[in-house]
Amino acid sequence: METIKKSINGGEFLIKETAAEDIFIFEEFSEEQKMMAQACQDFVDTEITPRIEEIDSMKNPDLVPQIFKKAGELGLLGISVPEVFGGMGMSFNTSMLIADIIGAAGSFSTTYGAHTGIGTLPILYYGTEDQKNKYLPKLATGQWAACYCLTEPDAGSDANSGKTKATLSADGKHYVLNGQKMWISNAGFADLFIVFAKIEDDKNLTAFIVEKSFGGITMNEEEKKMGIKGSSTRQVFFNDCQVPVENMLSDRQNGFKIAVNILNIGRVKLGAGVLGGVRTVTSLAIKYSTERKQFGVSINTFGAIKAKLAEMAIRTFATEALCYRAGQDIEDRINSLIAEGMQDSEAKLKGVEQFAIECAIAKVHGSEVLDYVVDQGVQVYGGMGYSADAPMERAYRDARISRIYEGTNEINRMLMVGMLLKRAMKGEVNIFEPAMAVSKELTSVPSFESLDTSTLFAAEKDVLNKLKKVFLMVGGKAAMSLQDRIEDEQEVMMNLADVMIEIYAAESAILRAEKLVGLRGEESCQQQIAMAKVYLSEAAEKINIAAKEAIASFTSGDEQKVMLMGLKRFTKMDLVDTKSLRRQIADFMIEKGHYPFS
Amino acid sequence: MKILVCITHVPDTTSKIQFTENNTQFDKNGVQFIIGPYDDYALARAVELKEQLGASLTVMNVGESDSDPTLRKALAIGADDAIRVNAFPKDSLFVANQIAHIAKSNGYELILMGRESIDFNGGMVHGMVGELLGMPSISPVMKLEVEGDTVKMSREIEGGKEYVEAKLPLIAGCQEPIAEWKIPNMRGIMSARTKPFSVVEPVVEEGNSRVISYELPPAKAGVKLVDKDNVEELVRLLKNEAKVL
Ligand SMILES: Cc1cc2nc3c(=O)[nH]c(=O)nc-3n(C[C@H](O)[C@H](O)[C@H](O)COP(=O)(O)OP(=O)(O)OC[C@H]3O[C@@H](n4cnc5c(N)ncnc54)[C@H](O)[C@@H]3O)c2cc1C
Repeated sequence: METIKKSINGGEFLIKETAAEDIFIFEEFSEEQKMMAQACQDFVDTEITPRIEEIDSMKNPDLVPQIFKKAGELGLLGISVPEVFGGMGMSFNTSMLIADIIGAAGSFSTTYGAHTGIGTLPILYYGTEDQKNKYLPKLATGQWAACYCLTEPDAGSDANSGKTKATLSADGKHYVLNGQKMWISNAGFADLFIVFAKIEDDKNLTAFIVEKSFGGITMNEEEKKMGIKGSSTRQVFFNDCQVPVENMLSDRQNGFKIAVNILNIGRVKLGAGVLGGVRTVTSLAIKYSTERKQFGVSINTFGAIKAKLAEMAIRTFATEALCYRAGQDIEDRINSLIAEGMQDSEAKLKGVEQFAIECAIAKVHGSEVLDYVVDQGVQVYGGMGYSADAPMERAYRDARISRIYEGTNEINRMLMVGMLLKRAMKGEVNIFEPAMAVSKELTSVPSFESLDTSTLFAAEKDVLNKLKKVFLMVGGKAAMSLQDRIEDEQEVMMNLADVMIEIYAAESAILRAEKLVGLRGEESCQQQIAMAKVYLSEAAEKINIAAKEAIASFTSGDEQKVMLMGLKRFTKMDLVDTKSLRRQIADFMIEKGHYPFS
Repeated sequence: MKILVCITHVPDTTSKIQFTENNTQFDKNGVQFIIGPYDDYALARAVELKEQLGASLTVMNVGESDSDPTLRKALAIGADDAIRVNAFPKDSLFVANQIAHIAKSNGYELILMGRESIDFNGGMVHGMVGELLGMPSISPVMKLEVEGDTVKMSREIEGGKEYVEAKLPLIAGCQEPIAEWKIPNMRGIMSARTKPFSVVEPVVEEGNSRVISYELPPAKAGVKLVDKDNVEELVRLLKNEAKVL
C-alpha cells in the first residue's frame, strides 16, 4: 500500500521544524513529469516565442485562439481535469510544473492561467455531475475557451461588493443577468463565462456558468495595457442575459467562497507560473553579459554584474523551493483526505484551503522575485534592456501584472497574517503557547551553550529557529496588544507578512539544498549550498528591518527595550561573505551559460 | 505494414562538449540527451504513415540504459513498441549489424532513420544496413510517400531535385522537410509507460574502428571588417594572414 505522508498543517512552519526529507524538491520530478515539462517547453519554443511580437500586436485575432487550440491538442489545457471528463487527471504538483514552464510564454501564460485555473476549476470543484459532463470535456480539450468575471469597475479588491444582478424570471426558468465586469482575461474569445452576481439583496455573490450563446453579452474594445498585450482583456456587459436556472454554480450566495477558494489555487500556481519567465530572463542575462564587451572585456567579468546574476538565481532557487514544497504539501493532504473517504473535489479544495497561507506566500514571493529578476535583467542589458528590439523590455512590462491580479500583494499579505491569527484563535495553529515561551525567554538569561556546527546547515537551522522566534515575539505581542485593531494597523500586518514570507522562503531554500546534498553528495551541490546560505543571510536582514518597524510602531518604554534586545539576540548570525559566494555562483552559471539549477 | 525507426540518443545541440580520460571519452556530465534531430523527422513521418496506412511502428536504439528515456519519448510521440539493443554503440558498422539483425528477425518493410546522427555525423548506417540486408537504401530523403508496395521519394541534388521510386522493403535516411517534428502530447506521454519495451543483447559483432582521441575545434578567431573599397587590403589579408590564397 502506498504510504500517505502526513505533512504539518498550513502555517505551522512558523512553529515547527521540517526535515529535509519531508519536502519535495524540483530535482525529484520523475522522468515522465520531466518529459511533460519538456513537451510544454517545446510548445513554448516553437509556437509562442517565435511569434511573440505578432501575438502581442493583436493584429490577427485568430492567432491566439489557434495557439490555444494547439495547446488543447497537446493536452495542456486538461492537466488538472480528471480523465473521465476528458482531461489528464494529473497531480497537483504536475500542474504546478506545467504552469511553471508556460510562465515563459509572456501574455499566453495569462491566457493559459485564466482558462485552466479560474475559468475551468470552478466547474470542476463546484459543478454538479451534469455541469461537469457538459462543460469540462469542452474546456479540457480547448474546444471552448473560458473566462472568469468577478471584478467590476467599483469592485476590485473588495470583490464581494459587486453590483451585477441576477433576477429570477417570471416563469422561474432563468436568471437574468445585468451588470458590468472589468479586466476580464480571455473575454475576447471566450465561449464560457464564470460570472459572479447578486440575487436580490443577498449579502454574498452567487456564481453562474454562462455560455456566450445565451446572448445578452457585449464587450468593450481590448484594454490598452502596459504588458501581456497579447492577452485579451475586456470589459464585459450583461444586458438581460438569460441563464437557465440549472446553470447556477453551487448554492445561492456561495459565490464568494468559490472565488476565494479558486483564488487560493490560482495563487500558488501563479507562484510557480513566474518561474519559466524568471529562468528565461536569468539565462538571457547570463548569455548577454558573456557576449557584451566593454572596457575590452565581457561585462560578466565585472563584480557588479556577477552579483546581479547570482542574486537573480538565488531568489529563483528560493521561489522554486517554496512553490514545489507547498505544492507537494497540498498534494499529500489531498491524497490523505481521499484515503479517509472524502470525495475527490472536496478533498482538493480542503487540501488547498489548509495551505492557503503558503499559497499567498507563493504568490507574493513569486511575483516579487519575477519583478526583481526582470528589473536586473534590464540593467544587465544596459541600453539594450530599454530597447523594444531586445527581449528584456517585454519581460519587464509583462512581469508587472503578477503583483496585481489574483489578489494584489497587499491583499495577500494581509490575508496571510489574518488567516494565521484566525487559526490561532480557533486553536488550529498553536502560536500563542510558543509565543509565550519566547516572551519568557526574553526576560531570562540567554544560554551560552555553543552550537555544534559540524553538520551541514546546523548553524543555518539555528538561525531559522531564532527567526521564527522573531515572528512569535512580534506577532504574538501585536495580536495581544492590538487585538482586533490589528486590522487597522496594516503597516504592522505588512511587516508580519514580510517576516512570514522570508522565513518560509529561506527555510525552503535550506531544506532544498540539504535534501539535494543527500541525493547527490555535498561535492556536487556547492552552488546550491551557497545560494541557500546567501538567501538566509539576506532574509535575516529583511526580517530584522520588518520586525524593528513593527516594534517601533506599537510598543514603547521598557517593553520596547526588551523586544529590541530580543530582536538583536534572535537575528544574530555569523557574518556571511555574500560577495564571495555570489561570485562563485555567478562564475558557475557563466561557465554553464544558463540558469543551471532546475 | 511494419515500420522500424532507428533512433539515436545524442547530446542536445546546445550542449557544451568536453572530453575526459585523456580525451578518449565524451564527458556526459550535465549534458542533456535528445532524440537525434534527423531521426526525429523520420519518426514524425513514420507516425503519419502509421496513421495513414494503419501500419505498426517500432522504434529501436543501440545503446545503454541511459537511452531508455529517449526511446520512451519516441513511444510518447507515437511508436507502438520499442527495442533497445543493450550495448555501447561502438561505431557505424557495429550499429548497422545490430539493426540488420533486428530488422531481419522481425521482418520490417520500411526502415527509417535520420540521414546522420548529430554526435559523430557519420551518415553511414543506412547504407551499411542496406548492404547487410540486400535492400535499397536512399539518403537524404526529403519527401516520402507509400503507394501500395512502391515508395516515392524526392531529394535535393546539386542544382535540382531528384525523384526516386523503389519497391518495399527499403531503407531511407531522412531529413527535413519530410515531416514536422512532433511534440508528444500529454496522453501520449502517459501511455508510453505501458507500451511494450524490450531490451535485447547485441549479436556479437565487433566494430571496425576505434577512437584514439578527441579534439575540440580551435576557438573562433575574431572577425576583421574590411572597407568595401579596400579590395587590396582584403587580398593582402587573405594571402598573408588567413593564408587561404
Ligand atoms: C491584465 C489584468 C487581467 C485581469 N484578469 C481578471 C480576470 O480574468 N477576472 C477578474 O475577475 N479580474 C481580473 N483582473 C482584475 C484584478 O483581479 C484586479 O485588478 C485586482 O484584484 C485589483 O483590483 P482593482 O484593480 O480594483 O484595484 P483596487 O482594489 O482599487 O486596488 C488599488 C490599490 O489599493 C490597494 N487596496 C485595495 N484594498 C485594500 C485594502 N483593503 N487594504 C489595503 N490596500 C488595499 C490595492 O492593493 C492596490 O494597491 C485583471 C486585472 C488586470 C489588470
